[in-house]
Amino acid sequence: MSELLSGQPGERRLFLGNEAIVRGALEAGVALVTTYPGTPASEIGDRCYEISRETDLRFEFSTNEKVALEVAAGTAACGWRVLCAMKHVGLNVAADALMTLAYVGVKGGMVIVSADDPSLFSSQNEQDNRYYAKMAGLPMLEPANPDEALEMTKAAFALSEELKVPVLLRTTTRVNHTRGPVTLGELPPPPGLGKFHKEPFQKVMVPAVARQAHVRLLQAEDQARALAEVSPYNRAGGNGAWGIVTSGVSRSYVADALKELGLTDKVKVLELGFTQPLPERLIEDFLAPLSKVLVVEELEPFLEEGLKAIAQTRGLMVTIRGKDPELFSRLFEYHPGLVRQVIARFFGAAYEAPALAIPEGILGHTLPDRPPNLCPGCPHRATYYAVKIALKDLGVEGVFPTDIGCYTLGLLPPLSMADFLICMGSSISTAAGISQATGQKVVAFIGDSTFFHAGLPALVNAVHNRHDFLLVILDNGTTAMTGSQPHPGVSMLPPGYPGEHVPIPRVVKALGVNQLWVVNPFKYKESLAATKEALAAAGVRVLISQAPCVLYEARITGKKRQARFQVTRGCEDCRHCLDYFGCPAMYLEKGEAGKLLIDPDVCSGCAFCVQWCEHIRPAGAGK
Amino acid sequence: MTFTENRKPKTENLRIFLTGVGGQGTLLASRLLGEAALAAGYNPMVSETHGMAQRGGIVVSTVVLGDLKSPLISPGEADIVLAFEALEAFRALDRCHARTLVIANAATIVPYPVAIGQAKYPPVERMFGLLAAQVGGLLAFDAGARAREAGSPLAVNMVLLGALTATDYLLIPAADLVALIRTRTKEKFLASNLQAFELGAEAARNPGNWLRREAA
Repeated sequence: MSELLSGQPGERRLFLGNEAIVRGALEAGVALVTTYPGTPASEIGDRCYEISRETDLRFEFSTNEKVALEVAAGTAACGWRVLCAMKHVGLNVAADALMTLAYVGVKGGMVIVSADDPSLFSSQNEQDNRYYAKMAGLPMLEPANPDEALEMTKAAFALSEELKVPVLLRTTTRVNHTRGPVTLGELPPPPGLGKFHKEPFQKVMVPAVARQAHVRLLQAEDQARALAEVSPYNRAGGNGAWGIVTSGVSRSYVADALKELGLTDKVKVLELGFTQPLPERLIEDFLAPLSKVLVVEELEPFLEEGLKAIAQTRGLMVTIRGKDPELFSRLFEYHPGLVRQVIARFFGAAYEAPALAIPEGILGHTLPDRPPNLCPGCPHRATYYAVKIALKDLGVEGVFPTDIGCYTLGLLPPLSMADFLICMGSSISTAAGISQATGQKVVAFIGDSTFFHAGLPALVNAVHNRHDFLLVILDNGTTAMTGSQPHPGVSMLPPGYPGEHVPIPRVVKALGVNQLWVVNPFKYKESLAATKEALAAAGVRVLISQAPCVLYEARITGKKRQARFQVTRGCEDCRHCLDYFGCPAMYLEKGEAGKLLIDPDVCSGCAFCVQWCEHIRPAGAGK
Repeated sequence: MTFTENRKPKTENLRIFLTGVGGQGTLLASRLLGEAALAAGYNPMVSETHGMAQRGGIVVSTVVLGDLKSPLISPGEADIVLAFEALEAFRALDRCHARTLVIANAATIVPYPVAIGQAKYPPVERMFGLLAAQVGGLLAFDAGARAREAGSPLAVNMVLLGALTATDYLLIPAADLVALIRTRTKEKFLASNLQAFELGAEAARNPGNWLRREAA
């Protein structure tokens, strides 16, 4: 049984923030969870999938976040409680649905988790999604730790049902991926069948209906503001003539810093957990007696701008600071020492930052990096190699729009197979743009899951508008980067997975692509020949490179590595393998000057390099 | 699962920084420490690295105990560093203060730029010598060899946890961690995990493995 289903009410458990959100949703009686996997939100879907196999919970990995939100919206309209989870950039994809779903509203409670990623641990930007709540006019809760994540998720469902609009639960990586103690509550029985009640003049957003719906949304926002004024998640404490206003995980840093600096009796703190709409009266009452206030929030000055607007409207003379070259940055995640230092500086408290020992300084030179790398035996590396060699043989330089997934690591040398990336699906459409402006040989790379997520409209567009590029679909049978979640195209499904298989070649043909090659990248000769043909052709061409992710295959099949390989004495030190392939199993015996070797403990036995280097042979086959 | 009778909330602040390379089991180690701490009456916060960093990159996690709410550890503020690899132990020097205890696996995992001759791996003895001069304690030994000796090369995390509990820095009794390992380990690996934990403790009791030891 999933550990999120076990345990007695009142029991204290150590949960990841994402697990706490799932548990909170279960305790609120959630009936459907939809998601598209994305770090730092991925574990929400993973846990819900497991739980859906054991209980009545409905769950789906949707093809993208917009679809996930719309499926959830349909279900919420019928009275079920629904949770829709995504990473911050996922909400961009779902934004079209979000902005008008706010007008349509919900019947059953709907909680949308937006997991933001300050410091870009695994993202293409660090946008601050609190502005989405403001733009959509929807209520937003921001937990600081797993315990609150559980409580606020539950509260968000009740709030959503009370106001009849979706509620945004906005987290950051440091909340999603922190494990902390939570207190378990009761798990309610599953709901009965829902019912769709027809109210077309409330729910069909044509202009005449939407005008009225916008009026209702603003009324709901006023109601939400009244609730935020008295919310237990918005609370002021402490004494003094100075103040701090803070939200999210920064609240923890502030609490620790004030204690460590001995400022608890000098600085009042307003902690905000219900941050949209802002509780204006509460904030006004907090600011009124104070002379200066520091706003501690990661990323954008969301609270700071709100506070300044309130102070201006009410004619308060208090100094409000936050984002400032001398204080806090709009960039990257904060940490306890940083917050302590800025608080000390702002309030003039005595504080000496700890003396730092810098390892590079003490050693006298830089430390080697440890860049992430495609795994040994990864099919993407074999595909990239074939394209590199094919272009070299044809004497053509390629331009490589890429996409989002493990294969984005093809950016790093020696592969260097990534030249342009914006967002999910952009490889295909930007390839069209680049090729028409330059006539250069453009090869776009997209993963299988990303292809279903946002690649389909771009590919139809390319066919219809007669663009000219080669699209390589890297089909490794799973959504590898985020932890091997299934998608419609997977051929190797997790045992018992209920999804229907939608084969990628069939989809590509149906979208109007006439020039299609399907290869196994580990069959080098065939894959190279097909790649050359595909490169030489004109128009929209698609090459599907199919071989399972090594990690996923090992997990699903339990298959052990077979042969391993070694470099024989004939190796003439040409370093072609290091310059074009760069398998992590390959290394130089004594650094720069040494002989090339293959580490048998790292070699996956994929048998790819033996197909193009005569000096690599199975281990034990003699030197 | 039984724990030693000590359920009073603890308030001693302790910041433990775990660092290693993807696949070494740092996340399980920090999770076990966190759960043992919760059972021992602490209010632990454990932060983890997930996602892209795990593809052969550095994986860092933190365990913060006591009267602290922040899950992160700032530079210069780790009380204990549990390093799963020699270079990563040295890299974590910027997290250390003058009284930090560093427990380091002396075994190396060569980063890719070093493997292909584009960078040099600093000599382990030199790194550990420099490290020892900066911190309060340095316990360093080949944890990989101890794990293999226990029959499970992947049990480096168990070896290091065993070593940590055998020092007087951590106030969580070894028995609590052992009880937890029993519930969290698959039957097949239980014996080797427990042995790895014990071999780690044994290594910590060997004065020869301490490159520096200041009274805690």
